Amino acid sequence: MKLNGSEILVKVLLENEVDTVFGYPGGAVLNIYDALYKNQDKIKHYTTAHEQGASHAADGYARATGKTGVVLATSGPGATNLVTGIATAYMDSVPMVAITGNVGIPLIGRDSFQEVYITGITLPITKHNFVVRKIEDLADTLRQAFKIAISGRPGPVLVDIPKDITAAVTEYEPHPKQIPEKNPVFKLTDFDEIVDVINNAQKPVIFFGGGVKNSNAGKVIERIIKKADIPATHTMMASGVLRYDMPENLGLLGMHGSVAANKTVSQADVVIAVGSRFSDRVALAPSKFAPNAKLIQIDIDQSEIDKNVKTDYHIVGEAEEVLTKLEERINENKHDDWFKQINEFKKTIAYTEGDDKLHPKKVMDIISELAGEDGLYVTDVGQHQMWAAQYLHHVKAENFLTSGGLGTMGYGYGAAIGAQIGTGRKPVFHITGDGSFHMNMNEACTAASYNLPVISVCLNNSALGMVRQWQKMFYGKRYSQSEPDRKTNYVKVAEGFGLKGYSCKTEDEFRAAVEDAMKCGGPAWIECIIDREENVLPMIPNGGTVDDMICE
Amino acid sequence: MKKTYLSLLVDNHEGVLTRLSSLFVQRGFNIDSLTVSATNDETLSRVTIATSGDEEEIKQIVNQTKKLFEYEGIFEIDPHDSLIRELLLVKVACDSSNRSDLLEISGIYKAKIIDVSVGSIVFEVTGKPAKLDSYIENLKDYCILEMCRTGATALQRGDVKLSK
Repeated sequence: MKLNGSEILVKVLLENEVDTVFGYPGGAVLNIYDALYKNQDKIKHYTTAHEQGASHAADGYARATGKTGVVLATSGPGATNLVTGIATAYMDSVPMVAITGNVGIPLIGRDSFQEVYITGITLPITKHNFVVRKIEDLADTLRQAFKIAISGRPGPVLVDIPKDITAAVTEYEPHPKQIPEKNPVFKLTDFDEIVDVINNAQKPVIFFGGGVKNSNAGKVIERIIKKADIPATHTMMASGVLRYDMPENLGLLGMHGSVAANKTVSQADVVIAVGSRFSDRVALAPSKFAPNAKLIQIDIDQSEIDKNVKTDYHIVGEAEEVLTKLEERINENKHDDWFKQINEFKKTIAYTEGDDKLHPKKVMDIISELAGEDGLYVTDVGQHQMWAAQYLHHVKAENFLTSGGLGTMGYGYGAAIGAQIGTGRKPVFHITGDGSFHMNMNEACTAASYNLPVISVCLNNSALGMVRQWQKMFYGKRYSQSEPDRKTNYVKVAEGFGLKGYSCKTEDEFRAAVEDAMKCGGPAWIECIIDREENVLPMIPNGGTVDDMICE
Repeated sequence: MKKTYLSLLVDNHEGVLTRLSSLFVQRGFNIDSLTVSATNDETLSRVTIATSGDEEEIKQIVNQTKKLFEYEGIFEIDPHDSLIRELLLVKVACDSSNRSDLLEISGIYKAKIIDVSVGSIVFEVTGKPAKLDSYIENLKDYCILEMCRTGATALQRGDVKLSK
């Protein structure tokens, strides 16, 4: 069957069961949008306020559903506006296919209108990228993009399609849906020593990251924890893999991790690290990470082995496959003394209670309570993000979406929109701060246009809270540019966009606002006025260890 | 500093060198030289990387390189069992007062004279990079007008073959 490039693009999307695309039209993609118009019964396109919002939406869609997110933008500024979203997905290993239009091949390299070398720009932030120069290559290139995005450690792939390719005609033959390439093969003998080390450990701990989430290895981790009686801690990327109330779950590790988790790792004799890259937010001082422990690393990406922290044993493989084999081999065990010791490490961080004011923990408690166990949370970046990671009641890995690696302020709104569209969950909570919110609050128009039940809860401390916290602690309270004197009236702005707006100063007001917003079933903003002196605690300063932990 | 040579096979696609160099710069790898050449298989290019990185860094270079879409094979070249060669072109200023000394030193390194002008001579030398270093060191009393090195290229001895 002879089709033009745009129709072939649609066909390959359909081959890969893509029914949702985020994007923004423009000159170089007019042909593609014409094909989308003709296929709107099969592929639903969501237009955002800004291409960055679309890229975050594709990311949120992918994280919440496990499917590949697809984003489409025009050439030039359309393409460059995707960059932050692609980099965010790259750092957090999110499968995404970004499709950009470009000027026609005869115009490439001539600084034509809206021409940009997007494959050059995105080289270090994609798993791979392509320019399609021949119509005959288009279908296979797109198929390859889908395959690369989902194989091994997932990530974003960009395909740049010049305008004349979208109009050129060639023969199209249908293909089946792309499946991931085979995972790295590991040998069973690799386990021999590791199993001994684990069986003989007196103070073992499991520490896991986003790789566990990506490979759905939560259940098997849980079984290993129970079978060998091992405590576990996790990175922010793996929040929700274990239930928040599971006694062996020590919570977050690292800079703003729990006292118990950090002390446990620092005193452990064996650390089993799964699907984590020992980032500088977890191993703040890499040479002092778990100084008394034999380190075992399990990761699907060979290049993560020993990259940041040198380990004693490793297995390259998919977390679920490796852990399943490990579960068979390790002994049932008891570590009562170790758990007794860990219980003594546990320290609750004091927070103000009993007054009528809104405190961050209280905000998270109320959201958790009203959202219930199926609550889907998307955060932005900063203090509110840490409070959300620490205090929300996580029960499912795919229910907590946050920009961990890149730390993208402005990620939340787009991602919440994508997650809501992908899951249909009512509502999705977008938890943000006044700093992050101002970056991409324009996506309110998207939430309004499609009437998406995304409730944005903005913790407003009239400051760039995390920056300010560092300035307070480490820069002699010189609050350089972290206290912007903004005059934003959130209720009016929300209403101006066609949303419900609420502003709250007390717990009761907040509870009532959330209940009302949930009842209304559409998009809403809820401003929570909090004290700017609230800190995220505990905190280990950059390059420090558990001994440097600040708890009050 | 110890030098390590890596031999890499990649698909002969446009932009593959850009991808490699972007990767190396981004990760801050210590790359001393990098040469790309055609091979007997026209779909493949062979890249020879000289690095003074330590063991950990070399492991990272290898592992990160393996993630490239165009990657087809990589191995570390055993310096005791390999042929590592580089070519140098060097233009040295000289006159009647020092010409014969210059020719004598160059003769020791089997440098070939490929151009002679009134005030300069251009020599061509091939050999192991260390030999070229040594030759340049011995030219330090002369005025080098221009020089150019190709970077190392290498093959394993014997019947071994780097392939996909």
